[in-house]
Amino acid sequence: MIEEKRIVLRNADLINPEKIEDYLQAGGYQGLVKARSMSRPDLIAEIKKSNLRGRGGAAFNCGLKWSFVPADAQVSYVVCNFDEGEPGTYKDRIIVQKDPQLLLEGMAICGHAVNSKQGYIYCRGEYPYVVELLNLAIDQARGKGILGDFNIEVRMGGGAYVCGEETALIESIEGHRGEPRFKPPFPGVAGLWAQPTVVNNVETFSNLPSIVLNGAEWFAAIGAPNYPGTKVLTLTGDVANRVSIEVPTTATLREVIYDFGGGIKEGKKFKAVQVGGTSGGFIPESMLDTPIDFDSMRSIGATLGTGAVFVMDETRDIVDITTRIAKFFEHESCGKCNPCREGTFRAYEIMRKINKGQASVQDIENLTLLSQVMEKACLCGLGQAAPSPILTTLKHFYPEYQARLQIQ
Amino acid sequence: MTNSIGELEKDARCIFVIGSNTTENHPVIGMKIKKNVLYNGARLIVADPRRTDLAKIADVYMPHQPGSDVALVNAMMNVIINEGLANHDFIAQHTEGYEDMAAVISKFTPEYAEPITGVPAEDIRKAARLYAQSGSAAICYAMGLTQHRTGTDNVKSVCNLAMLTGNIGRPGTGVDPLRGQNNVQGACDMGGLPNVFTAYQAVTNDAAREKFEKAWGVPLSGQNGLVLTDVINKAHHGEIKALYVVGENPLMSDPELEHVEEALGKVDFVVVQDIFLSETAKYADVVLPSACFAEKDGTFSNTERRVQRVRKAVSAPGEARTDWEIMCEVATRMGYPMSYENSEQIFEEIRTLTPSYAGISYQRIENGSLQWPCPTEEHPGTPYLHKDGNFSRGLGAFTAIDYITPGELSDEKYPLILTTGRSLFHYHTGTMTRRASALNEHVPAAELEINPEQAKALGIAHDGMVRVSTRRGSLEMKAKVTDMVAPGVIFTTFHFAETPANLLTSSEFLDPTAKIPEYKVSAAKVEKI
Amino acid sequence: MISLTINGKEVQTPQGSTILEACQQAGIPIPTLCYDPDLRLAGSCRMCLVEIKGRPLYAASCVTPAENGIVVETESPGIVAARKVILELLSARHNFNCQVCEKNGNCKFQDYCYQYGIKESRYDYGEETNYPINDCNPFIERDYNKCIMCTRCVRACEEISIARAINVENRGHHAKIATAFDGNLADSPCVFCGQCIMVCPTGALTSKVSAGLGRAYEVDKVLTTCSYCGTGCTLELNVKNDCVVGVTSNRTVTGSPVNKGALCVKGRFGWDFINSPDRLTTPLIKENGQFRAAGWDEALDLVAKRLGEIKTEFGPDSMAVFTSARVTNEENYVAQKFTRAVLGTNNVDHCARL
Ligand SMILES: Cc1cc2nc3c(=O)[nH]c(=O)nc-3n(C[C@H](O)[C@H](O)[C@H](O)COP(=O)(O)O)c2cc1C
Ligand code: SF4
Ligand code: SF4
Ligand code: SF4
Ligand code: SF4
Ligand code: SF4
Ligand code: FES
Repeated sequence: MIEEKRIVLRNADLINPEKIEDYLQAGGYQGLVKARSMSRPDLIAEIKKSNLRGRGGAAFNCGLKWSFVPADAQVSYVVCNFDEGEPGTYKDRIIVQKDPQLLLEGMAICGHAVNSKQGYIYCRGEYPYVVELLNLAIDQARGKGILGDFNIEVRMGGGAYVCGEETALIESIEGHRGEPRFKPPFPGVAGLWAQPTVVNNVETFSNLPSIVLNGAEWFAAIGAPNYPGTKVLTLTGDVANRVSIEVPTTATLREVIYDFGGGIKEGKKFKAVQVGGTSGGFIPESMLDTPIDFDSMRSIGATLGTGAVFVMDETRDIVDITTRIAKFFEHESCGKCNPCREGTFRAYEIMRKINKGQASVQDIENLTLLSQVMEKACLCGLGQAAPSPILTTLKHFYPEYQARLQIQ
Repeated sequence: MTNSIGELEKDARCIFVIGSNTTENHPVIGMKIKKNVLYNGARLIVADPRRTDLAKIADVYMPHQPGSDVALVNAMMNVIINEGLANHDFIAQHTEGYEDMAAVISKFTPEYAEPITGVPAEDIRKAARLYAQSGSAAICYAMGLTQHRTGTDNVKSVCNLAMLTGNIGRPGTGVDPLRGQNNVQGACDMGGLPNVFTAYQAVTNDAAREKFEKAWGVPLSGQNGLVLTDVINKAHHGEIKALYVVGENPLMSDPELEHVEEALGKVDFVVVQDIFLSETAKYADVVLPSACFAEKDGTFSNTERRVQRVRKAVSAPGEARTDWEIMCEVATRMGYPMSYENSEQIFEEIRTLTPSYAGISYQRIENGSLQWPCPTEEHPGTPYLHKDGNFSRGLGAFTAIDYITPGELSDEKYPLILTTGRSLFHYHTGTMTRRASALNEHVPAAELEINPEQAKALGIAHDGMVRVSTRRGSLEMKAKVTDMVAPGVIFTTFHFAETPANLLTSSEFLDPTAKIPEYKVSAAKVEKI
Repeated sequence: MISLTINGKEVQTPQGSTILEACQQAGIPIPTLCYDPDLRLAGSCRMCLVEIKGRPLYAASCVTPAENGIVVETESPGIVAARKVILELLSARHNFNCQVCEKNGNCKFQDYCYQYGIKESRYDYGEETNYPINDCNPFIERDYNKCIMCTRCVRACEEISIARAINVENRGHHAKIATAFDGNLADSPCVFCGQCIMVCPTGALTSKVSAGLGRAYEVDKVLTTCSYCGTGCTLELNVKNDCVVGVTSNRTVTGSPVNKGALCVKGRFGWDFINSPDRLTTPLIKENGQFRAAGWDEALDLVAKRLGEIKTEFGPDSMAVFTSARVTNEENYVAQKFTRAVLGTNNVDHCARL
């Protein structure tokens, strides 16, 4: 049986998160000290070599992303994406609440690597109490002079899901409407106020101190080779234990659900699991032995995403759930690009029609075509991923749709 | 303009706007200035008694007392000299008269100017430093600077300022008068002035006169003619017997309208050529219908000396004819045959007599335009004058200018200062815009702008009717309570025949050189009615 | 220069070009709705999508850099399907009434619907936009039931006019263009310059002054210079049946050197005085304090005779001419020549100072 492996949660419940002294005693800020003893290129190379991939959803190689920041940039920014707008996801909150200094240390390491003097933490609007904790942590670190000339400021999010998308997040920090920008240019070249900017997820940053301290080889050897390390997962839905866990990325879905989640609650039968948040694909029983790493999930048409694991038992109505998800995207589309703005709206309209038992095969065809176009044509990840639940449920649970169609 | 409009959008690193409500009177230039300031990082200084749109985005805004321009600009120069910000290389190589000017400037400390201008000394200092230290700074001005009895002094003052800092002869620098009407520049270039032929060749210059006598085949008078305001005054004395007015409306645009009206009444024979029966045309003996810009070919020269085509799009209504055709007919009937096949033929004649236009032809501006001076067919035109500080007259001359008070001062009976101007939605005397349906619907009447504090003291409500009076007359209009104007200053527009603002203005105080009336300063009072 | 393959053809383009620019240089048409060369890029309409070999997503060609060696398809079946879906999605919320629309025949949306054969929309599932059209101003009609949300108006307002009067309000399908608090333009910082009309690719924004007078294909456009202020903006007079029916912008630098198409409210909407019934159409002679119509010969003879008499009796300097800052250079030249050579005086001036 697979065991938990704690990297980002290593101090969780072992130290008092409100006390920097506890963190220091547990070896905190050793990584930063070591990082600062390294040259910038060496540090970036080390992170690249560790093959740490972004934990915010897109799984981009972290060191590679940093290397896009021009070495001679006069001004650059480090931004922590703590928007965590994905329903059912709360792993970033857990990480920060248990160990806020770890995040600050990770950001400061990044600040050294890309020669940045200013960091921002863009915090989900629903987490005001975490903002307090973060500000306390920043004050303490500043009081000890640990961060040096690297300054960190917390910004509150506006509450829109799309503001978690890195360029919309940047627009939001700049005080504009939270709308994604087209890419390229990527933030690494022109981000916040048109300056080079690194945006990483809370979990990504929180991995850095251990990697710097223990070396790239150490990290690369943990979990799946092409997506090494651990992943913090949050289990929701019809599992017996709704817990958050940190496991090596070689863990399979079945292990996660049955070993850590304790299986389906009330002894019911498993029907489907959706991994990675609202835009994740639906996975049937037959695919449960897939490991959770990013590439394995992708190979079955799903995504690891943020690590949310939403389990559905046999009583769940797939069409109804998919309709609700369509409503979520209709509501969260920012409206900037045509295929998503109008597409999410019509997709919800069609899903409602199907759900009410008023749809025909033609409607399903229209929906399928729309979904296929949206995946490839939308401006940002929201619109590109929004059709995934529809397409995967049509694929794996078509009989449930068929049963709803009007008899012709 | 010494420089080009386009430079205000990017090249100028600092723009000093004085006496110009650019966004309303030259809206497209206003857009360019705003773009430069908001997106391209240029600094902006605005001096204006009214808190204009540009004032709101200015780095330094100086709401100076109407008529105190010289004191303000002198004080800026005082700061520049005393803080060592003057460009002494430029002064030494390209100018003369610096010592005399500096002697006058020495007393104009910001503290000395503060009570005269009403502008805090510290703001004057800030403005002076911004202007002097920006690398390339441009000055834009309009009627707010010129329509004073010290109008010429005011203009010379800003020229002093530009020369003092070497802000001349490079892109993004210069002294830029923004011309109010579409072809003021062209009318001047073409010799529509009593003292010069085309291209400012003096009528008193024998060689110039001989050239024109030869071209036109008649002897010409070598004596300067009368300026417009003098014509009106002479008419008043019965000394003008015939007046021929082409597309002008002095009965709305000139100061002290009653005086003009009486004067016109005393002229034996008045001819008016116009597209509408203007207020002036009503006093004519003969009215001749003319074609408007859409109905004729020709050229206009804009405020940056750019000569551009006007093209005929439609036929003139009824029997209306172009102004040049009409005048040619009259000339011919008076025994001096004048006839041209088309406007291009006239332009060809202009070229031969006008050195700065000699290189311009209809063909060259068919797809584009040229800025004069353009002396030869090969010349690319001149986007900015005085390149590298080389002035046409050799050295740029500083002029020592002391401050004098405006002609009209407020007193107990007329405690406020009335100043006049234009609205975004109308143009000049309104003959065109009042008949442009949408513009007139949007802004159908004049309003009197008054500061909230002042309005409260006088019991005046927003949109309430008021009577505004000066020593010459009074008008009734709606009040617009706004902090656009400072307490003590009121403002209205002169577009509306129903409320002709120039009934209120004075023709008594003219600028001695340019003969510009003091439109911008009249002592006035306001009452609620 | 870099080299890429577009639709099987090798195309050279300067480093830094977008794929759209490379296509334009190669003469390959790409449909665009939100792209405007004078405005900040949006990359939002997704009409200009192309397929790049080896990339999983379609690329918006207007914002995607052309890279050396990439292989691009601009009309692959997938791309055509995507464009059709986008047009159908827009159609489903569009109030088509082309037969009475000002933009008929000059509407990019109409053109693309035609080009891609969008006869009806698969996505017409009932809900339609139903925005009220009344905005009490005499200049601009805003019918957002025809808006395709390209945001060109917003960008023109912000970047050309620097007025920032309008912006996108609401999100998703309910996003629309609006002033702050969704009020009237007249209560916003709008200066009625009409730059938004200039850039709008559809009939969502149109001139009320030109309404019903003629559509783009019916008018001739005559390039000329604005007759109001001294800025000297270039504009196009739209002419139908020997009558001016509107003003449009020429947006080229050569055609419109001062303003590149930008105008102010007077230039764009202040043209209909040309057709005013108040225009003078015949010479008038005053008799007993009343004007009567006269023929040209009679009027001109009278003027010549009286001027001649006065010149003889009181001398040339008893006469004066006011020429005009409104008429052409040629006319000013003729006016001063007339004054100096015919009347024999230098008493010629105009209201330069007033
Ligand atoms: C609609 C949308 C929402 C997103 N929300 C989040 C989020 O809440 N938190 C997050 O870290 N990344 C989020 N992302 C991913 C970010 O765009 C970005 O990839 C991430 O912050 C990069 O950090 P990483 O490389 O460390 O994963 C979102 C992306 C999309 C398209
Ligand atoms: S895909 Fe959706 S959320 Fe993303 S830019 Fe387009 S409309 Fe906005
Ligand atoms: S905007 Fe275009 S498509 Fe719409 S009604 Fe007008 S012409 Fe037709
Ligand atoms: S008319 Fe001009 S100011 Fe008004 S919304 Fe349109 S672009 Fe903006
Ligand atoms: S009003 Fe016109 S320009 Fe503005 S977003 Fe709609 S379609 Fe585009
Ligand atoms: S369009 Fe406006 S700014 Fe341009 S010349 Fe005409 S009146 Fe002046
Ligand atoms: S034209 Fe490229 S996205 Fe609109």
